[in-house]
Amino acid sequence: MATDAQRVERSDELALRSGEDVVRLRQAVRERAVAVGLSLVDQTKIVTAASEIGRNTVQYGGGGIARIAIVANGTRRGLRLEFSDHGPGIADIAQALQDGFTTGGGLGLGLSGAKRLCDEFHIESEVGKGTRVSLVRWKPY
Amino acid sequence: MERIPILRMGRFLLVTIQVDMHDQLALTLQDDLTQRIVADRARGVLMDISSLDVVDSFIGRMISNIAAMSRVLDAQTVVVGMQPAVAITLVELGLDLAGVRTALNVERGMALLQQSEA
Amino acid sequence: MNTATAALAETLRKHESEILADWLKEQAAVPSRRNAVHEAETRTLSRDFLNAVQEAINGGAADDIRGAAWSRARDLLSELSASRAVHGQSPSETAMFVFSLKQPLFTWLRRDLEADKLAEALWAATLVIDRLGLFTTEAFQKSREDVIQRQQRELLELSTPVVELWDGILALPLIGTLDSGRTQVVMESLLEKIVQSGSTIAIIDITGVPTVDTLVAQHLMKTVAAARLMGADCIISGIRPQIAQTIVHLGVDLSAVTTKASLADAFMLALRRLGSRIEAAPARV
Repeated sequence: MATDAQRVERSDELALRSGEDVVRLRQAVRERAVAVGLSLVDQTKIVTAASEIGRNTVQYGGGGIARIAIVANGTRRGLRLEFSDHGPGIADIAQALQDGFTTGGGLGLGLSGAKRLCDEFHIESEVGKGTRVSLVRWKPY
Repeated sequence: MERIPILRMGRFLLVTIQVDMHDQLALTLQDDLTQRIVADRARGVLMDISSLDVVDSFIGRMISNIAAMSRVLDAQTVVVGMQPAVAITLVELGLDLAGVRTALNVERGMALLQQSEA
Repeated sequence: MNTATAALAETLRKHESEILADWLKEQAAVPSRRNAVHEAETRTLSRDFLNAVQEAINGGAADDIRGAAWSRARDLLSELSASRAVHGQSPSETAMFVFSLKQPLFTWLRRDLEADKLAEALWAATLVIDRLGLFTTEAFQKSREDVIQRQQRELLELSTPVVELWDGILALPLIGTLDSGRTQVVMESLLEKIVQSGSTIAIIDITGVPTVDTLVAQHLMKTVAAARLMGADCIISGIRPQIAQTIVHLGVDLSAVTTKASLADAFMLALRRLGSRIEAAPARV
């Protein structure tokens, strides 16, 4: 997925297969967010977004991986998260993104909320092949 | 199996969440609380989330569910100690936890519960 | 890689230490604020930069300095620009780091190459150095902007204090035009203060705010919602007629928020809610 030219300073990979993995993911993202120097609110936002997408990966994607990378774009630094799975994929991404919160749960919950919490959000999905989501949160200065 | 402890304080139940919960643990808490409200004939539940530095949509829904279920069982729920960063994020997520009463800390939460009892 | 860049790469490789030495001399000749610490740093930076340039040219992408091959070189220049910006040097002084490489490079190219190959190689070298010099200036600009932004934010935090009006009652008098960034900072500090002071009521007074746009109105609403989640209530006071109209036009729903015409009214309401009131005591003569 193309985004602004980014240099990767450090990258880690985590398997996402269970609820405990999502907890581990939250902790790892928090650590990196602190390392990048994000404010407490921005840290919380990206950790929460990671939790939403990570959960989707486990519950709807049949499990997958998360890549956490500290990235740089010129003088700005940021945190980029990439989630990928080989699950059933999302048929109508636009619809999924539009769904606000429904009481019954469902994909829309995680996606639209996570998108609002990040500076950059990209999603690719193909039915029967899988889904990839990438999120970035930049440190403002 | 790992569980979040539920303490009894008079007619009320107190739950202090201090760990980063995985989904299963949250669901277990929901079940345990519902059972205890009935078993102890509790009139209120105080949930202390002052140690939580992340509350995502799943936990948010757990909180709403607990409040709804307690109401059905004729008990009040008060959530206390939400951290500012968590509150800001929840609002951004679009979760307003309507129907959940909140207070700054355990002391005020208890006062609220006792007020509504009177 | 074409013959010109190949020749350039070759010269850089063969005469690396001489070029570095000559370049350092050129840099030292540029009048600027320097001291011993900078000297050592500059030497390391120059050597690293030359390495990065060689890497990039050998990677075969001599003319596209925005490409991946040049990323290490760009990062070094970005770091340099950022540090020079912070130390108050001018953009020209900073760009001279790159431009002063021309003379030494040309000198050694002339020694290595015959006239026919020389022209092309000089041109290739010029292109690369000019582009890198321009990049440095851009990076410098960006750093200055970042510094200004950070200072603005710090000023904001200092200039919008949250006041403890009474036990359990906070007031946030907002003054001037609010922009999205400022509103966010201010709201975060209000929420922090709520926790620190254990206040359950926060009065946000916007008497001093001439206009409110959608984004600001939304931030205000979000702050009220966040405060409520934490167990505190907000009262918005000082809404001018114009702002009231704007808010209605924007379709912002204020039904869930208590509003009062003045800060004084809001304060009285807050006191009532907390179970207190102010009474006139018999005047002492």
